[in-house]
Amino acid sequence: MKKIIGFCCNWCSYAGSDLAGSLHFEYPANVRIIRVMCTGRIDPLFIVDALKKGADGVFVSGCHPGDCHYDDGNYVMQRRFKLLERMLEQFGIDTRRVMLMWVSASEAKRFAEKVSAFTQLLETLDDKVGRPAEVEDPPLMAAIPAGGD
Amino acid sequence: MAGKLKAAFHWLASCGGCEVAVLDIDEMILKVVELMDIEFWPVALDGKYSDVESWPDNYLDLAFINGGVRTTEQEEHARLFRAKSKVVIAFGACAADGGIPGLANATHREEIFQTVYHDTASTANPEGIRPQAATDLDGVTYTLPTLHDQVRALDQVIQVDYYLPGCPPPVPLIANAVKAIAEGKLPPAPAVLAPEHSLCDECSRTHSRDTRRVERFVRPHLERPADPKQCLLEQGIICMGPVTRGGCETQCINVNMGCRGCGGPTPEVTDQGLKFASTLGTLLKGDTEEAAEAAVDSIADPLGTLYRYSLPHSLLRKVSEEVP
Repeated sequence: MKKIIGFCCNWCSYAGSDLAGSLHFEYPANVRIIRVMCTGRIDPLFIVDALKKGADGVFVSGCHPGDCHYDDGNYVMQRRFKLLERMLEQFGIDTRRVMLMWVSASEAKRFAEKVSAFTQLLETLDDKVGRPAEVEDPPLMAAIPAGGD
Repeated sequence: MAGKLKAAFHWLASCGGCEVAVLDIDEMILKVVELMDIEFWPVALDGKYSDVESWPDNYLDLAFINGGVRTTEQEEHARLFRAKSKVVIAFGACAADGGIPGLANATHREEIFQTVYHDTASTANPEGIRPQAATDLDGVTYTLPTLHDQVRALDQVIQVDYYLPGCPPPVPLIANAVKAIAEGKLPPAPAVLAPEHSLCDECSRTHSRDTRRVERFVRPHLERPADPKQCLLEQGIICMGPVTRGGCETQCINVNMGCRGCGGPTPEVTDQGLKFASTLGTLLKGDTEEAAEAAVDSIADPLGTLYRYSLPHSLLRKVSEEVP
């Protein structure tokens, strides 16, 4: 089963996911939610560390633009996330493994839908999280076709 | 003199700048020579690897090794000096974190070969010749070292006792290290022989402590000269100072160049590049998705800029390795 780590902010998305539970909306059991006070607290390091420790995908969920409890924490996360996406892309890690979304405290349905879609997408991806073209280190020049004189 | 230390300097995947840095300590080099017999130093002294191989294990007291590990030969040498030396010092950014050669980890050996031997505009190689590990010629087999798929920092190959970061290590840090060796006051290994504070701690520029104020990052020499008094980051010039270990006395910043991060991460920072991405997210302006996109677009080559000296040690690399 794919493992998914979700960082949810205390004020909107965590409440939203809680409501999804109370209302018995179904969403996949793959998700482990970590509650943080604000998405602005999330360092790109946390996301990559989760991937390194075996998560197949990581999502960050915060308040809708304009609704942040701390004024602009979600905007900070948005900029960090854009930068992280670029770095992952340059390094060759599939950016579909990370997702940023906005879910308010009342949007239980949206939370369940978004998370289900993310899980379905991850099911279609490789088991190996890292870049696909990695050549294992021991087979050295033997792997290179002979040529020349 | 009795009790004189036995030392060796060696280079792996490096440019030779670290070797020059050893001489940059000026008259202190006399103290180095007084303190230790330099048994092996390919850049300055005649010597053979067979000499090194003939020494008993732990023959050396200190081995200063600069450069990362790119080839099988360098790996062999790293292991050889580890066996022959009681203490190994990773000298310079390449040995400590992988350094500039480590940027090759953004790609793979196969892609590098494809580009270098086939794709570049100036390459004429119709027969598709590539370097070979072994070639038979008149019944004799000639061999060459081969490239590893990825560049590694020294501590990803052998156990390292001390690190002297910097590209090259700044003179005051080398001088401190020599002094510590002379007085027998090296800290317990493993340790970084540099201060624990960030570069911002040493920087004399003024700053407002305002965040969310940089609209986009600029290339200072292309667009506008940098103000010599104000914090470079606040002027929209990339400076890795906040996540980089101090000790260099802000040499680059003093001449209006942003810090490139060669001092390696501070002890609290596990991953220099990602941590700096976090910093930049805080510093930049732009609340809408488009504005965020535009602000991030102003950073050319984020991976190469944020990991200029530390890509082999990055968590991104570890994502690609086998997870237990």
